[in-house]
Amino acid sequence: MAEVLVLVDHIDGAVRKPTLELLTLARRLGEPSAVFLGRGADTATAILGEFGARKVYVVDAPEIDAYLVVPAVDAMTRIARAVEPAAILVPSSRDGKEIAARLAVRLDSGLITDAVDVHQGESGPVTEQSAFAATYLVNAHVTEGAAIITVKPNATTPEPAPAAPEVEHVTVEFSAAATGVTVLSRTPREKSDRPGLTEADIVVSGGRGVNGAENFALIERVADALGAAVGASRAAVDSGWYPHSHQVGQTGTQVSPQLYLAAGISGAIQHRAGMQTSRTIVAVNKDEDAPIFDLVDHGVVGDLFKVLPQLADEIARRKG
Amino acid sequence: MKIVVCVKHVPDATAERGFEPDGTTDRESVDSLLSELDEYAIEQALRIVESGVDAEITYLTVGPDEAKSALRKALAMGGDRAVHVSDEGIAGTDALGTSLILARAVERLGFDLVLTGMAATDSTMGVVPAMLAERLDVPGVTYLDEVEVEAATGVLTGRREAESATELISAAIPAVVSVTDRTGEARYPSFKGIMSAKKKPLDTLGLADLGIDPAQVGLAAARSAVDSAARRPPRVKGEVVPDEGDGGVVLAAFLASRKFI
Ligand SMILES: Cc1cc2nc3c(=O)[nH]c(=O)nc-3n(C[C@H](O)[C@H](O)[C@H](O)COP(=O)(O)OP(=O)(O)OC[C@H]3O[C@@H](n4cnc5c(N)ncnc54)[C@H](O)[C@@H]3O)c2cc1C
Ligand SMILES: Cc1cc2nc3c(=O)[nH]c(=O)nc-3n(C[C@H](O)[C@H](O)[C@H](O)COP(=O)(O)OP(=O)(O)OC[C@H]3O[C@@H](n4cnc5c(N)ncnc54)[C@H](O)[C@@H]3O)c2cc1C
Repeated sequence: MAEVLVLVDHIDGAVRKPTLELLTLARRLGEPSAVFLGRGADTATAILGEFGARKVYVVDAPEIDAYLVVPAVDAMTRIARAVEPAAILVPSSRDGKEIAARLAVRLDSGLITDAVDVHQGESGPVTEQSAFAATYLVNAHVTEGAAIITVKPNATTPEPAPAAPEVEHVTVEFSAAATGVTVLSRTPREKSDRPGLTEADIVVSGGRGVNGAENFALIERVADALGAAVGASRAAVDSGWYPHSHQVGQTGTQVSPQLYLAAGISGAIQHRAGMQTSRTIVAVNKDEDAPIFDLVDHGVVGDLFKVLPQLADEIARRKG
Repeated sequence: MKIVVCVKHVPDATAERGFEPDGTTDRESVDSLLSELDEYAIEQALRIVESGVDAEITYLTVGPDEAKSALRKALAMGGDRAVHVSDEGIAGTDALGTSLILARAVERLGFDLVLTGMAATDSTMGVVPAMLAERLDVPGVTYLDEVEVEAATGVLTGRREAESATELISAAIPAVVSVTDRTGEARYPSFKGIMSAKKKPLDTLGLADLGIDPAQVGLAAARSAVDSAARRPPRVKGEVVPDEGDGGVVLAAFLASRKFI
């Protein structure tokens, strides 16, 4: 069976959930091999093996962290040329898409981005994409070269398939372009105990109706009651009420959780583009004509300052 | 200094968009316009000139005849001239082909800085800027929330929100840069701008002018193919109930019925 390369998304060896989803999908297409770039491979190998990686290619070079994207592309190119994989799966993050894009040019391979599912077709991987703000479902395949596919978080549920991976250290000669962009400084975002937006099963978002940074405590309270991530509309973010990294939508993060709760959000097309594929959608809005209600499984027309505290109390009561 | 801004002509995102049977975008039933996110790239080009950098701004688009209207809108905002790459052989081109055409055109025009939007609003791929940088073999910096160019030194600096950190970066021009919608509101064309846009040069180039073999682009050469495109069944609208004092309790009951509590 041909190998399928999975680019590992991690922070210093802590593997993120989307990678486990990719390993799970990769097993449908061939033999999963993880590509681990940067520091921390020792920590990561066990979990990569637990989710089915037969091999782990490791490139641990300082260039990977010191410069943007191109060192990762150099490493992926080197490994892909040697392995000739059936497919290359990459997380649909900003960096992931950029790595995939450059890799496609170098390998002259077709690229499909933001797949929400991948299956083995008659002549290779077939992808499912959501198009036009999730109003269309598109099936596509790559016609030339190894199929390079970026996959959105939550495309599947990670399933363990324990393997004892063989670890192979790969030395890469970096291209001149690798040092083209210098990172002058990197300020990590504050860590929070809440789940990350893309990985969360539940997202609770607040919009302009929340009416102030201090009131986001109410959104956080409901989020914590449900074990959810906190999201925000661009209007709320632009007002400085919540950090930009929590923006949901076309130009923010695109989420696809089991449950999305929108409070004080009207449901503009750019917001919908980022949450429309959520499994269950509920909303609280005082305007019964708000477009968000067209999407909901359950909607409450009312004042969020009355409905949300009651909701949080009721969740606490039900949980006992 | 030469700045080239790549702009895409796309179906109106607020309309009901769809596909043709061959998997290409339906351009008949919906009006198309300048991709909203490209306005931020245009704005940044204009601000660089306004900051005192002596630069010529050229807009570049690849697309059918109507794509000229996107160039006219850009010219009405400001800038000097526009180039339209149009050829029957281009229809159905994938992202790889598009980036090839753009790269050849940019090389022909000459450039110090290529500015693009963060993603086109139709495909939302956001991959063309990186592909362009790769093909042009110059530094590529994507998703900048802030960008500054120092003409004297040719140094470009910027700020971007990466996955888990805020990064300050620097690179030497020539470079390809994509900018986000956080770089600053794009201006509206003024009446004067709209009038003067009509007099600005707008050239059309074909594949032959760029030395591109038609076999390299177009639907047949695309390295990915659409097998099917189907409208998602619309979401079945659930119950929307007024809060009668127990809205939170009712909502909790709904969430419990779906096993979220
Ligand atoms: C290029 C571009 C990109 C964009 N990208 C994004 C994006 O990624 N994400 C995004 O969200 N937006 C994006 N937008 C902005 C988008 O168009 C909307 O402006 C934005 O989503 C509106 O946010 P909102 O729903 O919070 O605010 P509003 O539209 O102002 O809605 C506020 C809602 O709160 C309700 N409300 C007020 N008070 C209460 C109360 N006490 N209780 C209950 N309900 C209340 C109101 O009835 C109203 O429906 C983008 C726009 C552009 C031009
Ligand atoms: C719903 C949909 C899904 C698609 N999926 C795929 C896919 O999976 N794989 C694939 O290879 N192709 C795909 N395409 C085709 C792809 O959109 C086109 O090939 C397109 O020309 C490439 O640009 P982009 O829209 O991806 O650009 P993006 O990378 O999203 O655009 C970024 C920036 O590049 C510049 N730019 C992009 N296109 C042009 C242009 N024609 N002229 C000038 N500047 C431009 C603009 O500055 C733009 O802001 C898809 C198209 C649609 C409508």
